[in-house]
Amino acid sequence: MSAGLLLVQTLDGVQLGLLLFLIAAGLTLVFGVMDVVNLAHGVQYMLGAYAAVACAGWTGSFWAALPLAAAASLALGAVLQRLVFRRLVGAGHLDQVLATFGLILLAEEGVRMVFGPAPLSLAMPPALAGTVPLFGGLRYPVYRLAVVAAALAVAALLWLAIEHTRTGMRLRAGASNAPILAALGVDVGRLFALVLAAGAMLAGFAGAIAAPIVAIEPGMGGSVLILAFVVVVLGGPGSARGAFLAALLVGLTDTLGRGLLDAALRVALDPSAARMAGPALASMLIYLLMAAVLAFRPAGLLPARGRR
Amino acid sequence: MTRALAAALFALLVVAPLAAQAAGNTWLLSLATSAAITAIAAVSLQLVVGTAGLVSLGHAAFLGIGSYAVLILAGWGLDEAALSLPVAMLAAALFAWPTSWLALRARGVGFIMVTLAFGQMAYFAAGALAAYGGDDGMPLDRTPTLFGSALLARPLALHALALVLLAAGVLAASALGASRFGRVLRAARADPARLAALGFDVARTRLIACVMAGAAGGAAGWLMAVQSGFVSPATLDWRVAGRLLVMVILGGAATPAGAMAGAIGLTLIEEALSAVTEHGRIGVGALLLLVALGRLRRTA
Repeated sequence: MSAGLLLVQTLDGVQLGLLLFLIAAGLTLVFGVMDVVNLAHGVQYMLGAYAAVACAGWTGSFWAALPLAAAASLALGAVLQRLVFRRLVGAGHLDQVLATFGLILLAEEGVRMVFGPAPLSLAMPPALAGTVPLFGGLRYPVYRLAVVAAALAVAALLWLAIEHTRTGMRLRAGASNAPILAALGVDVGRLFALVLAAGAMLAGFAGAIAAPIVAIEPGMGGSVLILAFVVVVLGGPGSARGAFLAALLVGLTDTLGRGLLDAALRVALDPSAARMAGPALASMLIYLLMAAVLAFRPAGLLPARGRR
Repeated sequence: MTRALAAALFALLVVAPLAAQAAGNTWLLSLATSAAITAIAAVSLQLVVGTAGLVSLGHAAFLGIGSYAVLILAGWGLDEAALSLPVAMLAAALFAWPTSWLALRARGVGFIMVTLAFGQMAYFAAGALAAYGGDDGMPLDRTPTLFGSALLARPLALHALALVLLAAGVLAASALGASRFGRVLRAARADPARLAALGFDVARTRLIACVMAGAAGGAAGWLMAVQSGFVSPATLDWRVAGRLLVMVILGGAATPAGAMAGAIGLTLIEEALSAVTEHGRIGVGALLLLVALGRLRRTA
């Protein structure tokens, strides 16, 4: 594999990892602070993408659609928090699974009814539709670089909010020991509502900015949810720092592994078999990585304090 | 109540062939058979989820391994049920062993995420089997023989086998739940630290339960492949695992009979809803949400 191709794949990996971070951030905090299993988190990502398509069709502008989709995700997160998630705090995991799995079926079938089962696509904004040259005659799409920049900016804001605000401090305290935090007079329920709505917005935003580069279909949240779970487990539940590191690791493992494995298989197998087995085997690499981390560091790479 | 409902639903499956014959409708029989097979899978999952209190979202992997065992053995010319069923169960157990060991290391809710992730890994692995149809899967050339006879090709015989295995599964799981092993599992669910202090090896006991459930899941997968005559990665989709988990929860999670009732009940509800509208899943989703919220209101 040439150095240029390696660079392209590294960029792809960073981009995938940053998107995963936006999705996993809310998941890891909801899970870490309130011990709530939210299987419906992938749905927020899917709905974010659909909201972007709908808003872009309605306003005719991608740039208007982006904030609208994020606002819609925030609103949906807040509504679901009032109606469903508020009641799931402190409930058994089985009830949480039942309720959030029900939400998945509702949302996926609802989207199928409104938008139809066929995958949709969203046109890139013209300003970002071009490519930039890399060395070696390779070119890289501007839009993917913009996704990296946008996700990095959001991640930086999130870091500021978590590390340098009072609410962020409470969040970190909640991830370490929620009962003590509540005993100190902090309204943990409100903190949870905030995290849930903000997490929904982040996942919806990730869906919206990913919309031009993925196939938008009702089931798209499922595979992303599983990757986000891997990120949460790898990074250590409740740890936003851990989620960031793990998301990049997962993104890079997936894309670089895909490229390297493909090259290796081409040597070992005939081309058609390699084309068939390569992507599927590469998809397994992430889970092998997770297995290795669990074997040696079961609490995750950067566990929240007090959870080692 | 659960026990009476479970008995009634099982009786429904027993009389289903008669109803199918009276109505001249073979689809009814195949629905009943597939409900029985799903119930076997749910009963096996109940051991892990209900008795041991470990929420697993990876059970579809064992079904898939059991299914692929039929296909792969048939490819080698081995289509004897007396051979392929034990192999299917063994293969599923061999997958359950290391993955459950790792999943048990992730404490609490981590178990859900890790079982889900390993399930997805198995899903991708199945898609990588280019010789067996890759992502599209592959039909079975012929139904496995039972001790050399072509009995299993007859839907009625297969239905009878599924019912016998289901009844045996429920009875065995109930006996296991009442045994010392089952009591240790339940006690570990309530307070693992105390049980460990009493000298029990909690992790080992749980691992054994996971491996047994995996093997039984492999048997369910074997039956699925034999019934449908088709094997594909769709069996390993995480939604299959989610559906099984939901069935166990709807059955109250506490008993194997409940899991069976949940499985048969949800299968029938899904069929009824899909007969009314093509968007029946919306009704199922709303039902699950309402049941969960209703349960929470009652306990709150």
